[in-house]
Amino acid sequence: MPAPDFVLNVVLSGILTGMVYGLMALGLSVIFGVMRVVNFAHGELTTLAMYATAVACEAFHADPFVTLVPVTLGFFGLGYLLQRLVINRFISRPEHTQLLLLVAIAIVLANVLLLVFGPDARSVQTDYQLDSIELGPLLVDSTRVYAAGTALVATLLLFAFFRGTMMGTAIRACADNQRGARVIGLHIEHLFAVTFGLGTACVAVAGSMLVLLFEVTPASGPAYTLLGFVIVVVGGLGSMTGALLGGVLIGVSESVAGMLVTPSAKSMISFALLILVLTFRPSGLLGARR
Amino acid sequence: MTIDRRVSRRAFNTLLAGASVGLSSAPFGVVRAEAKKLKVGVLLPRSGTQALIGQSCFKGAELAPSVIKQLLGVDVEILSADTESNVDVARNRAERLIQDGAHVLVGAFDSGHTSAVAQVAEQRGIPHIINIAGAPQITEQGYKFVFRNFPPAPELVKNGLSLLNDIFTAAHTTPKSAVFMHVNDTFGQSMAKGVLGNLPALKLPFTITETISYDPAAKELSLEVAKAKAARPELLLVVCRLNDAIVLRREMVKQRFAPMGIVSPGSPGLYEEQFSRALGKHAEYAICNTAWYNPKSQATQLVSAALKKSEPQTELAFHGTNVGYTLDAILVAADAFKRAGSAEPKLLVEAIRKTNIASNVRMSLGGAIAFNAKGQVEGNRSAVIQNLRGKPMVTLPADIAGATVVFPSPEYKKS
Repeated sequence: MPAPDFVLNVVLSGILTGMVYGLMALGLSVIFGVMRVVNFAHGELTTLAMYATAVACEAFHADPFVTLVPVTLGFFGLGYLLQRLVINRFISRPEHTQLLLLVAIAIVLANVLLLVFGPDARSVQTDYQLDSIELGPLLVDSTRVYAAGTALVATLLLFAFFRGTMMGTAIRACADNQRGARVIGLHIEHLFAVTFGLGTACVAVAGSMLVLLFEVTPASGPAYTLLGFVIVVVGGLGSMTGALLGGVLIGVSESVAGMLVTPSAKSMISFALLILVLTFRPSGLLGARR
Repeated sequence: MTIDRRVSRRAFNTLLAGASVGLSSAPFGVVRAEAKKLKVGVLLPRSGTQALIGQSCFKGAELAPSVIKQLLGVDVEILSADTESNVDVARNRAERLIQDGAHVLVGAFDSGHTSAVAQVAEQRGIPHIINIAGAPQITEQGYKFVFRNFPPAPELVKNGLSLLNDIFTAAHTTPKSAVFMHVNDTFGQSMAKGVLGNLPALKLPFTITETISYDPAAKELSLEVAKAKAARPELLLVVCRLNDAIVLRREMVKQRFAPMGIVSPGSPGLYEEQFSRALGKHAEYAICNTAWYNPKSQATQLVSAALKKSEPQTELAFHGTNVGYTLDAILVAADAFKRAGSAEPKLLVEAIRKTNIASNVRMSLGGAIAFNAKGQVEGNRSAVIQNLRGKPMVTLPADIAGATVVFPSPEYKKS
């Protein structure tokens, strides 16, 4: 039987990593929840955000928590323009054409990264990357704590935006009834573009944090896309709370499974969880039942 | 206008037959014409997860033409290919090198990539000389064109584990328990099999309380390290690559996991330049009992001088094994080419089989390079390499040692 402090450390580490995963998946969930578009380029956008952070940190000798703001704003703009200029034309088209478009965007992004940065891994070095915080029997990786804290703040801001602002309310109205929203004079195209921008901004924050934890290569994208899908399907596609819960659940289940079985089999557990959810609750843990 | 009329059907047929004979014999003519220079196709993972080690090996290939010219008087041309740390790419690049006229293939550092290259070489009938790859099965499959001057994993492990007792004796300290962590790729699995299989016979003083395998491309190893730490071992035995070795060591620092020592019984990673650069003081005291280079051999002297000239900032100690075994593989090819007097594959293979390069000529550490019936060189030696004052130093065996082994590590905390 593993020692209690070991179990607590592993669970806490899983929760912290899961919160960053949750934020990344939140972007996917927000976009689908409002626009019903499944973003297959999600992982590649995450990878792009990781590269943007690495490059900005290197160029300005700055900390990722400093470059976070310009990178997020830049990604909001990128997402807004991407939706407005490209994806918007596909909103009313069959789903398979949307899929093809976003897969094509993903491939283009991955290859541009490969062309510009080469296939080697990149990461961000900070002064505090080897620090840990001691809390009684617990020893917590400080980088993971900062990353999870940032993910939590970003998530709360997003919730506040959707619940407490006029634009957030308007976007939710669009999500509930597009025709009704159009009838009362809402500018749907603009609201969709803002939503895509917000989803991409979530990815930027998550990417800025992920590059603190993991190295990035141009080929990292598909793994993040898959992870994002697993999280939102487990949590409930379109549910913001579900995405966060899914992230934490996947993070913790992988950690606990690694502890009890073998660490190299940890991803197997998240897929087992996905199968269980798809079998017994296809709409996800917090998704609306249809 | 009149030419058609002047050329009779018989003359045309004669011309056609003559042209056919000429064209079909042309490649042999080309081979004969090119036989003054040996074209060596070198396959290494120069990008991707194993890029840093691949680039380190490539230094050996870059220095080979001038060093071999001085040693043997043979002209060698290097055709290089990047396997991108990917098995499929390795296979495709091997095909491409053969199409580009490589007379012999050398590489490919990783056992998985090497297996793929070996299959291509065997199918195409082109000699393949392995520089570094430990999976034993590569030379156990009855291949006729594949040769290896590198200890297979069981031998590498046995050599490495045998040196552990020498460390404990020299340091007057004996750990009682160990955790064994290893990568789960082809090389790692072979090494793990070797470690777990050899331990009982070698009667080492410690017992392995936990074995943890992990993906060499793992982005993080926090769980693996937490699991290792929870077992409270006195020794951490690792079979790693470079990137994961850095991730692993960083995680150990974060989790304040400080056993008596981190020892590899024969894998790369711990003695590499990038390991020391990325980790600074945290790279110190890591030990690797591995195949090394002979600082006193003729090839080493020439390589050392050439490296000082071409890359004055580069310390040979960081690249010794990678450069040494890569250079030796090309040396074997050049030596065979010289004796065969031809780059024709079958003649080259016959000559490679009769290789006998003296231990004081080759760069890597071991006896004479001579292949057995399976195409494997026996008798390659290992040394205890420890990171001391920012670079890898030979601490055992005594005949080539440049420093005294430090064990346990000064940061060792008894849990």
